[in-house]
Amino acid sequence: MMAEPGSLHARARAERPLSPHLQIYRPMLTMMMSIVHRITGAANYFGTILLAWWLNAAAGPSGYARFQTFAGSWIGRIILFGYTWSVIHHMLGGIRHLIWDSGRGFGPNEREWLVAANLIGSIAITIVLWMVGLLAMGGSQ
Amino acid sequence: MNAPRHIRTPLARVRGFGAARTGTGAFWHQRVSAVANVPLTIAAIVIMIMLLGRNQAAAAQILGSPLVTIIMLLFVGSITIHMRIGMQVIIEDYVHHDPLKLVLLVGNSFFAIIVGLASVYGILKLSFGL
Repeated sequence: MMAEPGSLHARARAERPLSPHLQIYRPMLTMMMSIVHRITGAANYFGTILLAWWLNAAAGPSGYARFQTFAGSWIGRIILFGYTWSVIHHMLGGIRHLIWDSGRGFGPNEREWLVAANLIGSIAITIVLWMVGLLAMGGSQ
Repeated sequence: MNAPRHIRTPLARVRGFGAARTGTGAFWHQRVSAVANVPLTIAAIVIMIMLLGRNQAAAAQILGSPLVTIIMLLFVGSITIHMRIGMQVIIEDYVHHDPLKLVLLVGNSFFAIIVGLASVYGILKLSFGL
């Protein structure tokens, strides 16, 4: 049913107060990490294009060389470093969500501790993985 | 006597008569695949680090070995299921224009299946040495 412009129904719709949304809340680490979990999930989604490319490139020398040229370039390094962090962060975030799914870890201190561990852990693991990776490549490049 | 009006229990009715008839399937699959993703992702990262600094022939040989092939197939399968549900939830949460939502949901399924099958093809090709 369409309300006529200026009718009581239309005015009531226009003037109806809206319930408060995200912008009234002071940003907190838990809510920031909630959206970061989604963003990293979406990034990992598109990152699978790189995974499919790499797996298919490995079949031949020329294709593999093209992938290695990309992976060794500055932009490639930045994308792969971001992808590494995104995967690790999403994985640790997923473990955090599985803990929450079990009904545990919802206390004021526990939830803050969990998201802080998620963020610090993902950055630390990413840096360690890249140090190991660059050392592994050191022999040949 | 308070004779029950229905033979079916309240739980059975809730389970069977929801508006969509189903509902928790995607929720459950998301969590099962999440649990599987953890060891499989760790294994895939270990495999990738093993390949660093090797030439294409050595990388192809390692990727084509039976254990690595099976791990990578499981990895690709699990993440494909997981990411399809995840992107579906994102689309359903943020896209409110119905025609666009339909296009994106179908596109999401297509993307997941294409990228998953392309990866599986790459893995099997190395494994069978085609």
